[in-house]
Amino acid sequence: MRSVLKATAVSLATIVALAAPASAELTGNLKINLDTSNPAPRATMEALIAKFQAANPALNITTNVIDREAYKTQIRNFLSADAPDVLTWYAANRMKPYVEAGLLEDVSDMWADGTDIANELSSTKGALTVDGKQWGVPYTYYQWGIYYRKDIYQELGLSEPSNFDDMLSNCEAMIASGRKCYTIGNKWLWTGAGWFDYLNLRTNGFNFHMQMAAGEIEWTDPRVRETFANWGKLIRMGAFIDDNQNKDWQQSLPFMIDGSAGAILMGNFAVSPLREGGLTDDQLDFHQFPAITAGVAMAEDAPTDTFHIAANAKNKDNARAFLAYIVSSDAQTEMNNGANLGQLPVNSKASVDDDKFLNQGFEMLSSNSPGGVAQFFDRDFPAEMAQAAMEGFQEFMIYPDNLDDILDRIEGVRKEVY
Amino acid sequence: MNKTLMKQDWYQRNEIAITPWLFLVPGLIMFAIYVVFPIFQSFRISLFKWDGLGSLATHGEYIGMANYEKLLTRDRSFNISLWNNLKWLVFYLAAIPAGLFIALFLNQAVRGIRLYKSLFFFPFVISQIVVGLVFTWFYDPQYGLFNGIIGFIGFKPINVLGDPTLSTYGVIAAGLWPQTAYCMILYLTGLNSVDPEQTEAARLDGAKGMRMLWHVILPQLRPATFIAFVVTVIGSLRSFDLISIMTNGGPFGSSRVLSFYMFEKSLSEYGFKMGYGAAIAVILFLIMMVFIGYFLWRMYKDEKAVNR
Repeated sequence: MRSVLKATAVSLATIVALAAPASAELTGNLKINLDTSNPAPRATMEALIAKFQAANPALNITTNVIDREAYKTQIRNFLSADAPDVLTWYAANRMKPYVEAGLLEDVSDMWADGTDIANELSSTKGALTVDGKQWGVPYTYYQWGIYYRKDIYQELGLSEPSNFDDMLSNCEAMIASGRKCYTIGNKWLWTGAGWFDYLNLRTNGFNFHMQMAAGEIEWTDPRVRETFANWGKLIRMGAFIDDNQNKDWQQSLPFMIDGSAGAILMGNFAVSPLREGGLTDDQLDFHQFPAITAGVAMAEDAPTDTFHIAANAKNKDNARAFLAYIVSSDAQTEMNNGANLGQLPVNSKASVDDDKFLNQGFEMLSSNSPGGVAQFFDRDFPAEMAQAAMEGFQEFMIYPDNLDDILDRIEGVRKEVY
Repeated sequence: MNKTLMKQDWYQRNEIAITPWLFLVPGLIMFAIYVVFPIFQSFRISLFKWDGLGSLATHGEYIGMANYEKLLTRDRSFNISLWNNLKWLVFYLAAIPAGLFIALFLNQAVRGIRLYKSLFFFPFVISQIVVGLVFTWFYDPQYGLFNGIIGFIGFKPINVLGDPTLSTYGVIAAGLWPQTAYCMILYLTGLNSVDPEQTEAARLDGAKGMRMLWHVILPQLRPATFIAFVVTVIGSLRSFDLISIMTNGGPFGSSRVLSFYMFEKSLSEYGFKMGYGAAIAVILFLIMMVFIGYFLWRMYKDEKAVNR
């Protein structure tokens, strides 16, 4: 009886939520933990939850918004001690430790063949899959790429680079004009990892990168050295701003705004602070990271943020209904539009907001990324590996001559992790 | 007589011996649960390979002394952290003479001296996080006051927190600010109990300046010096918040100390090695035990000397 009820509740809730959140079906409690603590994402989530509440007036929803950085260490406590029903997190390897510890709920039923989720979210299924099962649903993703000062490029007579030689010669022109080519704040390590991702994806290709993530390739391999050699060219010519090892990424943006650096490699979330910093869409533009090795298919980083159900959740049926609601095309369209998250919707039926950067990103990811789509360095590589490697990247960007020592150290960690 | 003694129950007969223990029991229970038990727990966890998720019994893998073996033989980050701990230990002690100096300076009857004292004590009252932030801005290579000052004297700008050879000293200097204030307050209270008659007598005998300080004042400040020494040594071994906020252990791990490394390995964003972290904790505990043992022994000796 209970399982029948459960099944009906799930399917009903799915249908209700997907069609039109009108009839009040859900009762009881729903506890949601969110890491969307920045003002815009927070308001977006709260508005969407309010809509879900309005559709289910009998449901008692509690929402906890936790600081985004603190969330990353608190998650292991609340998942085991004080489990919420629904929580935000990240796809791929970032969720793997929690999946293996049995702390996340298997939601493969929601992804079963023929369901709306399976049809509309198929592109991200792989990122949510561990051991052939799905452990959550995505709610947003965003492109990475190079955001640059179009007005400065025009002033110097430069155009978007299409290969590495263009990139280097553009950079020489920038330096000759007394500017830096790229701004970066690498205190928290992941910004440097973005550079490694792209240089490696362009030098050696997506499959090689993923083999590295799986631990199948030595870090001292000549092909990996090739990636670092390309990176070293940029570092040695002075492409990056000074003292980047103790700036965070927000501190690196003013260099771009005041024009002392021409570009930044970053996710689409950098657009909103750059606009707030005073850059207009005429000044700011986006281009794909240029090709390096000819013949290597373009591949992109597009990190996916996710919702999960805790294995210890008390209201799993309500939680499933909420997950179904959040990925529905209507909710996706609204959540990701420029006024809210300003990112890309995961649902193929949702529409991408008419924003300059979202359009470019969507087009790049859907038609110009034949090599594949990676999550991001610290989501594709296991945690310990990522930490050690990113520390090495930080050192390399300041002391490129220490490369041999750095690679030996990272290789030592690789041997232990896998 | 004998009969009344018989009538008294066991508690009444042993009241004098038992009562102190009764008062101690709540504290002892707390101490056992929150201090002693976790120490043994850490020892146990340090023998396992465990990611800290799920229970130790089902998810942990017993690996004996392998964590320690790796720490002591093959882990360069551990060596760096240990060296940095040593630097902290040595340079942090500068807070004691600095605190003494300020205390002597402030120990005078001037209008508004209370205000000056509280201003000097201020850095100890505010959160370490705030101290860390203030010093991060102070050191900022582009806009910081520090580079403004050394630029004025004619030196080239230095990125203190971004230079792997300097970052630890930069953080220690920030730590000295509140610690000096702490030592100052200890000495100020100590100076209150300096016997004016002895000072007077010494002055009549012609002692002044350094001789007065060294032979008359300092011996009377011995208890304060001892406490200042204890809190500074313990404080240097526990340094964590400043490192976390100012450098995050960086650049490239050059400013880590053992406590920060332990946190990073076991509890941080990318840290899932609970057993390894516990092994670091055990080693840190053993290092602390050397000092704590010494302090306890000294206190025990002093008590005995007083009671004699």
